[in-house]
Amino acid sequence: MTRREGRIRAPSAPYVATARYLALFAFACFFLMPVYALLVTALKSPAEVSVVRMWQWPHELSLDNFGIVWPKLREGFANSVMMALPASVISSLLGAANGFVLSKWRFPGADFAFSLILFGMFIPYQAVLIPMFQVMSYTHLRGGLLGLILVHVIYGLPITTLIFRSYFTGISEELIEAAKVDGAGMLRTFIHVALPIAPPAFAVSMIWQFTSAWNDFLFGVLLTNKDRWPITVALNNIAGSQAVPFNEAMASALLACLPTLAVYVLLGRFFMRGLMAGALKG
Amino acid sequence: MMVTQPAPLPAAGIRLDKLGKRFRGGVDAVADLDLAVAPGEFIVLVGPSGCGKSTVLRMIAGLEEVTSGRVFLGDVDVTNELPQRRDVAMVFQSYALYPRMTVHKNMAFGLRMRGTPRVERDRRVLAVARTLGLEPLLGRRPAALSGGQRQRVAMGRAIVREPRVFLMDEPLSNLDAKLRVTVRAQLTLLHQRLGVTTVYVTHDQVEAMTLGQRVAVLRDGRLQQFDTPRALFRDPVNLFVAAFIGSPAMNFVTAAVAGGRVRFAGHSVPLAPDGPLVAADRPVLLGVRPTAFGPPGIAGWPQLTVTPAAPRSPPARSTTRCSCPKSAPGSPSGCRPTWRSRSASR
Repeated sequence: MTRREGRIRAPSAPYVATARYLALFAFACFFLMPVYALLVTALKSPAEVSVVRMWQWPHELSLDNFGIVWPKLREGFANSVMMALPASVISSLLGAANGFVLSKWRFPGADFAFSLILFGMFIPYQAVLIPMFQVMSYTHLRGGLLGLILVHVIYGLPITTLIFRSYFTGISEELIEAAKVDGAGMLRTFIHVALPIAPPAFAVSMIWQFTSAWNDFLFGVLLTNKDRWPITVALNNIAGSQAVPFNEAMASALLACLPTLAVYVLLGRFFMRGLMAGALKG
Repeated sequence: MMVTQPAPLPAAGIRLDKLGKRFRGGVDAVADLDLAVAPGEFIVLVGPSGCGKSTVLRMIAGLEEVTSGRVFLGDVDVTNELPQRRDVAMVFQSYALYPRMTVHKNMAFGLRMRGTPRVERDRRVLAVARTLGLEPLLGRRPAALSGGQRQRVAMGRAIVREPRVFLMDEPLSNLDAKLRVTVRAQLTLLHQRLGVTTVYVTHDQVEAMTLGQRVAVLRDGRLQQFDTPRALFRDPVNLFVAAFIGSPAMNFVTAAVAGGRVRFAGHSVPLAPDGPLVAADRPVLLGVRPTAFGPPGIAGWPQLTVTPAAPRSPPARSTTRCSCPKSAPGSPSGCRPTWRSRSASR
């Protein structure tokens, strides 16, 4: 750290800072322990893996595990991508439309409608599991990815609506009015004025939706047939057998979490801006 | 800056008929407002903040629903018409430029929404951009513009539309003082050239007096007086208008009229012989504009000690001895009360 002349600080500041960073470092180490175990185990050769030596660094780094598990995961991985991407895009678009109408093109009872939509967030998965299963069976949507996408779109609507409503609420009312006076109706105001300024909200909503759709296990195993199982089910099948091959399980887990990581990295800078969007102008 | 000469636009008058707005909670923002704006006229709505002037503008634009009364644009009753169908253009206080569009697209947006062909759009945008000196900025986004440039884009966006009515909601309040004066002058020129009916809202009475052909003074949602700036200054209908118009503000003193003279604070001044109060005998409130004071020494006029309300550079509290009041033109021999007799007494 560079020392600057004329810096305003308490005499005890250096000690306090040191203590603070030490504490933070300790916490970080604690929270990173599972990640360490995951990484290390995934990189060990099968012979080296044992519960006793789980904290030891591998003798030699091997990527063999990934090669072993990838064939078992590939189908689930593809299914998950085909399910999570449309689920998050559609849900975000619908959430944007909802949020716009609930904040900037309001109708009588908008607040009541919003409360109702938000209520959907507090319905636990388990409560709707059986009726959902039956509805999907009646409508012949069970088995394929389409039904699963539909379920994730609908289940994501409350949160995406909330995200976009909060975002649009922070947008100047005059902007929407300018569009009205300029001759744009609701749909064209939404498309030409509201959507182009919404990328930060889209980033937040996409990250959230993609992560929750990707990580879902319950709906996936319930509503799809074996050939359409998402990666979470495939993951469970690797780790859930009698003798757990830890190295394979860890390698699979690592592979399975890569896409969410990628989405976060790609959209992350918008994510931060999205969170700050209400606080700062411009 | 203003060189080319597009064809003058067809202007339409505005008529507000017993216009009223009551907000939820029962607050009457505007009440019983009758106002007729001639085609091509530039009028200013002025009043202290919260007087309902912006609400009136927004009701003309269709952004605010009317509680009672009617709004006419030209001969058409547009009271229940959507804003997008009223053919008015509005300049907002915040300019409200579309942030993700270039200057060109911002200005063309209104035409695009109305289905004007692209070639025609480009032609008109370019013509207006040229008159406003915006040509080099057409490819920029609003974020890359200065405040004054943004203001001009907002103006340009309204002009390109060639609407029947311009509505302006304090469009100069975000500019610095110097720029404000420049743009004010340009606005007058622009209006002379385009001849579009314009309703301009401001709380700044200097702006109102310099811009408006006629000025409507509002207070608590009620119209006080609607007249030319000169008439407002010379002949205010009530105490509020008298006090609101003019900078520095008018001075008030309780006085009494009797025997053709007005008496106050031990002084006595003769009234103009043709004045309305000459025969009166009652207490009044005397208003004296700072411009009515003259240098001491005129025979027969009272000598007053005057303390400027806003003292300038040293001496910080200077008092000046003045004669009061200076005789107004046309009444060389007496004091002319600054407002009419009916509102002069309280």
